[in-house]
Amino acid sequence: MNNIISDETIEYVGILAKLELSEDEKEQAKKDMGSMLDYIDKLNELDTTGIEPMSHVFSVQNVFREDIVTNGDDRENILKNAPAQKDDMFMVPKTFD
Amino acid sequence: MAKQYETVIGLEVHVELATKTKIFCGCSTEFGGAPNTHTCPVCTGMPGSLPVLNKQVVNYALAVGLATNCDITQFCKFDRKNYFYPDNPQNYQISQLYLPICRNGHVDIETPEGRKSIGIHEIHMEEDAGKLIHDEWEDCSLVDYNRSGVPLIEIVSEPDMRSADEVIAYLEKLRMIAQYIGASDCKLNEGSMRADVNLSVREMGAREFGTRTEMKNLNSFKAIMHAIEGERERQIELLEAGEKVIQETRRWDDTKEYSYAMRSKEDAQDYRYFPDPDLVPVYISDEWIDEVKKSLPEFREEKMARYKAEFDIPDYDIGIITDSKHMADIFEETVSICNQPKKVSNWLMGETLRLLKEQDMDAEDIRFSPENLAKLIGLVDSKAINSSVAKEVFEAMFENDIDPEKYVDEKGLRTVNDEGALKKTVEEVIANNPQSVEDYRNGKEKAIGFLVGQTMKAMKGKADPAMVNKMLKELL
Repeated sequence: MNNIISDETIEYVGILAKLELSEDEKEQAKKDMGSMLDYIDKLNELDTTGIEPMSHVFSVQNVFREDIVTNGDDRENILKNAPAQKDDMFMVPKTFD
Repeated sequence: MAKQYETVIGLEVHVELATKTKIFCGCSTEFGGAPNTHTCPVCTGMPGSLPVLNKQVVNYALAVGLATNCDITQFCKFDRKNYFYPDNPQNYQISQLYLPICRNGHVDIETPEGRKSIGIHEIHMEEDAGKLIHDEWEDCSLVDYNRSGVPLIEIVSEPDMRSADEVIAYLEKLRMIAQYIGASDCKLNEGSMRADVNLSVREMGAREFGTRTEMKNLNSFKAIMHAIEGERERQIELLEAGEKVIQETRRWDDTKEYSYAMRSKEDAQDYRYFPDPDLVPVYISDEWIDEVKKSLPEFREEKMARYKAEFDIPDYDIGIITDSKHMADIFEETVSICNQPKKVSNWLMGETLRLLKEQDMDAEDIRFSPENLAKLIGLVDSKAINSSVAKEVFEAMFENDIDPEKYVDEKGLRTVNDEGALKKTVEEVIANNPQSVEDYRNGKEKAIGFLVGQTMKAMKGKADPAMVNKMLKELL
């Protein structure tokens, strides 16, 4: 493996992804990420001079909606997705700005 | 000698667009609905739901971009900005990083030193987040996703402003443009216009910028002024003490008039943007741009110049009337009905402003129709009601947009022009006030004022004071 992921990096990625990993999981994740980056390095060997970066896999553009209200009050169903609720709102751990 | 410092300010302004529906789903954007009644799987970030772009959002963004002299990015697309926060149910905000819809624009502002151009780095389209409410009784927060997915444009300026006054002038300019287009009502206190202030200081004449901080939570012009003054002083004090300004986001507390750092170090700002694969690119053709260009309204400066040429009203009045597109529309429509610009202006400048101020309302909140204002002016002109009754009718019209003609009939407020009835009352007043009558006859001119007052009172205000005066003089 050419790409070695440091402990600091895996710690940082864990914070960004809101994941708490055990020591074993961290080691495994370091290996997986290293091999992914190796694969990207492989792709980087290709000569892409003069090729426009692709912005989407489909050659489709301009898919729009008109500005017309189509959804009504579906609160009851939407709130079924909430792990907990109170006063018709989604209840989440205390969060400050 | 003490060092002289220059303040360098750039603004990120979020403007909530006045579309009927959200940016990526058909939910209503109406303000003030019961919690979570304007939500669906798309705007609550449910797996498998697919966003579809509201075309009107692109139209509004284009209009604002063209009005601020921007280059239009004809091939633009959306990116995901990744972060965890409960008001953002997808764990990413759909925004534009790589190809924002507008770039390289500018607006001109008036300063004491003359006209100044403020650069606009870019304008991009994005979605708003939900609203977090902190529950005081339980150790939790509650989320209302009605605002989640409401369309925003973010207007990013260049660091071209040097004082709080320039910042206010720039914001006013943007507000005027968005309001005149109808793209937003731009109410700072309701959050439909929000400004983040990026500020740094440097020694006068220095070439390099100092380290900047970003200030959030500024929801009035007053708060913006205070925050700028406060942050400028804080940074200068740090530099004078030989310390460094740290690049950070700070939150302004307007009641305590100070700011504090918002994010901790562990809470890294690393948004890992990447193109959103759920949304296809937007291609804006030359024809589309021309169409939007043609639809742009007459903006404030043009309107002011036209009013000056067309109507005989003071510059001061023109300034106030055109300060709100809504008020300018009412003015023009009323004038087109009754053709009395000066009288229409008087009602707007006098009673309308007085009632707006009294009820803490904006000009945008005016509810009465031009038709009804024109009718009221007609009633006064034809002497059907006198000026004090007119004020009373106007108040009712201001509250509930009543039809003044019906209102005066229903309430029996029409001036009594029946000379017989008036004469009878005047004769009674003369009979009941011998002292005043004698005073008048002995040359005390002022005594007639009292008799007019008594007559008006007996007529319950429904008489023409000039006519009463004339009749009294005749009878005495």
